[in-house]
Amino acid sequence: MRLHLQIWRQENPSASGNLVKYTLDDVSEDSSFLEMLDLLNEQLVGKGEVPVVFDHDCREGICGSCGVMINGLAHGPSARTATCQLHMRTFKDGDTIQIEPWRSAAFPVIRDLMVDRSSMDRIVQAGGFISVRTGSAPEANLIPVPKGDSDEAFDAAACIGCGACVAQCPNGAAQLFTAAKVGHLNILPQGRPERYERAAGMVAQMEAESFGSCSNYRECEAVCPKGISVDWIARMNRDFLVARLKGIQGKTA
Amino acid sequence: MIPAGPLADKWTNHRDHLKLVSPANRRKFKIIVVGSGLAGGAAAASFGEMGYNVECFCYQDSPRRAHSIAAQGGINAAKNYRNDGDSIWRLFYDTIKGGDFRSREANVYRLAEVSMEIIDQAVAQGVPFAREYGGLLDNRSFGGAQVARTFYSRGQTGQQLLLGAYQALARQIAAGTVKMYPRTEMLDLVVEKNRARGIVIRDLITGQVRSHAAHTVVLATGGYSNVYNLSTNAIGCNTTAIWRAYRRGALFANPSFGQIHPTCIPQAGEHQSKLTLMSESLRNDGRIWVPVKTDETRAADQIPENERDYFLERKYPAFGNLVPRDVASRNAKTVVDQGRGVGPMKNGVYLDFADAMKRLGRDTIEERYGNLIEMYQRITGEDAYSTPMRIFPAPHYTMGGLWVDYNLMSTIDGLFVIGEANFSDHGANRLGASALMQGLADGYFIAPYTVANYLSAHLGEEVSASSDPFSRTEDEVRQRTGKLLAANGTRTVDSFHRELGRIVWDECGMERNAKGIHHALIKIPALRDQYHKNVRVPGRGAELNQELERAGRVADYFDLAELMCRDALSRDESCGCHFRSEHQTDEGEALRHDDQFSYVAAWEYAGDGQEPRMHKEELSFEFVEPSQRSYK
Repeated sequence: MRLHLQIWRQENPSASGNLVKYTLDDVSEDSSFLEMLDLLNEQLVGKGEVPVVFDHDCREGICGSCGVMINGLAHGPSARTATCQLHMRTFKDGDTIQIEPWRSAAFPVIRDLMVDRSSMDRIVQAGGFISVRTGSAPEANLIPVPKGDSDEAFDAAACIGCGACVAQCPNGAAQLFTAAKVGHLNILPQGRPERYERAAGMVAQMEAESFGSCSNYRECEAVCPKGISVDWIARMNRDFLVARLKGIQGKTA
Repeated sequence: MIPAGPLADKWTNHRDHLKLVSPANRRKFKIIVVGSGLAGGAAAASFGEMGYNVECFCYQDSPRRAHSIAAQGGINAAKNYRNDGDSIWRLFYDTIKGGDFRSREANVYRLAEVSMEIIDQAVAQGVPFAREYGGLLDNRSFGGAQVARTFYSRGQTGQQLLLGAYQALARQIAAGTVKMYPRTEMLDLVVEKNRARGIVIRDLITGQVRSHAAHTVVLATGGYSNVYNLSTNAIGCNTTAIWRAYRRGALFANPSFGQIHPTCIPQAGEHQSKLTLMSESLRNDGRIWVPVKTDETRAADQIPENERDYFLERKYPAFGNLVPRDVASRNAKTVVDQGRGVGPMKNGVYLDFADAMKRLGRDTIEERYGNLIEMYQRITGEDAYSTPMRIFPAPHYTMGGLWVDYNLMSTIDGLFVIGEANFSDHGANRLGASALMQGLADGYFIAPYTVANYLSAHLGEEVSASSDPFSRTEDEVRQRTGKLLAANGTRTVDSFHRELGRIVWDECGMERNAKGIHHALIKIPALRDQYHKNVRVPGRGAELNQELERAGRVADYFDLAELMCRDALSRDESCGCHFRSEHQTDEGEALRHDDQFSYVAAWEYAGDGQEPRMHKEELSFEFVEPSQRSYK
């Protein structure tokens, strides 16, 4: 099929970018969205032009590297689908597709479609872990965890850290990302001892970065490739509130 | 080199006598860890916790994205929670047998031994393994084993284990013991008098080439299945770090031992960039079949039971669909080669859940494999609940890698190699759910002891990246990237990679023979010459340049592909994944020649254009009797 692409090109973080138009022919419906971009890049290189820069790696929806705004939607039109899992059969011959990088103050554009998401790593560094040294763990079956809790913890832990939640949020908030990690660890007995420090620290770090605040638009949930529920945000807020009441200050990274 | 004494005591005795570094002295040592997957992430976090001064490097934008994250099925451990007779010995035996008796007894036993600590550690970190209603951990069975010893987190076990290691690493980054360098690629190893002094890296954002010095370098850079171009590996996975170490004097062991995973989604077209794995755990409940007739045109549900060939169940009644990966892959290739393949390109076999759904109900199948079936739907547009999946083997894991001793140190002093990047534990074939086990065993429970032992002899030594070998190595790196940019030819890096991959797949893939390998050894150097003359890499070196990154990786794949072929040619037997069609039993199984080939082939670089030298590490089997593998 033939596609009309409008792709954000920006040479470096301080340059001003713009949408550049390309027409791409012979795109297979069975190819993935990123394979479509590969095809464009091969043609650009063939013509001696500079290919479009974008992040990608596993190409099976688990590493969280990829992610672009496709016609204004983070990861494109299919629900619970990362950009690399989106296939071109979702589009029609002759379609115009606008492709932009994640848009958020906390994710500065590095080049073209590539952004800097290190702010999310710093949120995890502020408490998104259980403090257990290698070698100090008790026998694995010593602490039973109700299956329901374990399954719920998994639901939250499935987050791939792609940043779509932030990119789609009108406020650029990182609540869903942060809450998923807080929730995964706080629901488990292993994570309980640091429950409130974790919530306080990660929220404090989130606020120290350039993320916006949450006003319950729920756009994050709608675009999350792993379908992580906004309920986790309510749980995080509860833990954060308790931390406040207890006077627990979180440590930022 | 391998500690003496009874198998079960070797590691304990050895560990008891390894030298230590006192807590007050640890911060005086600098350790470089390259790679942040299960092995690298676990090692960097553990070194940091112990108080060492760690620098960790990864090419991704965050250590959380290392390719370990994509492992689906699970992780083995000899916990015997199922009371089905499992033990350290059995896990050891299954692993060494699965590797077709081409690995070291002592290493494999140690792996089985520490497997239990890994599960303890992961659970304490909050890894949400599957649990039973009583709240205790669940297990499932996996290929090559008759016990259920695999721990899993739905189909995302690698992700959850990696996030456990990543979070431990994040804690150390916050504590200041680990300095993390994401978007940074190691392009060479700095060696002085056969001792590893540091690395030369390229900052992938600025293109800056610079050096980092340390007391020891730990490579945890994964495998090289992308030599085939199409594989289940992430696009960025590459051989450059270990290949450069090889060129600096580290021996490369068994390069031709690569695993072709049986359950991947078949290729759909020419411009496909990767193959997607469907966890082997699917073989627990899915039945593999093809039509009896060649050139079958009916849809799967129109083919009656008596016209289906459940070829694994037929040929291997004891293990059925759960035979080891190499056996499953080769049999799938056989039936496809017979013209009985399914799908539009007739390049797959069916994996059918219909019986399992009748027996267990759709809900159970959905709970066990929901995410995989969803993934399959996205890629193929087909619903595996109502029509069988189509699968075909794809390159997935490389058992070969840099040669290491029992302490996981290469032949370069102070260069340790852990995880998939080394050759140590899987012999000629890796059993399912044992890659995660080995990566974490090396990273959490072996390297922390053996690296300390190495460092203890170097207390008080200063490290600096300003000496001659550093600037020399940096210059060489700049020249290499400069050459790639200067070629300014007409073909893209990817087009060369596709062509190289095709050659390696055809001649040194699932099945090899001397004639084909000889062909490849002519075609690869010829294509490499063209590559260096005619590749087109746009842009500059001193900037973000993804084509240049790829160009460097593919250049190293050319050299590696040649070494793989040499290794495959010199090993004139079949074993595990290395199936030489000249050497098979009457029933078409791999035929080993233990009298001649019971060794590890460790290759030494002898200069460009020179034949590499092969060193043999003879394998001695004191505790098990190498037998012809049988899964019937």
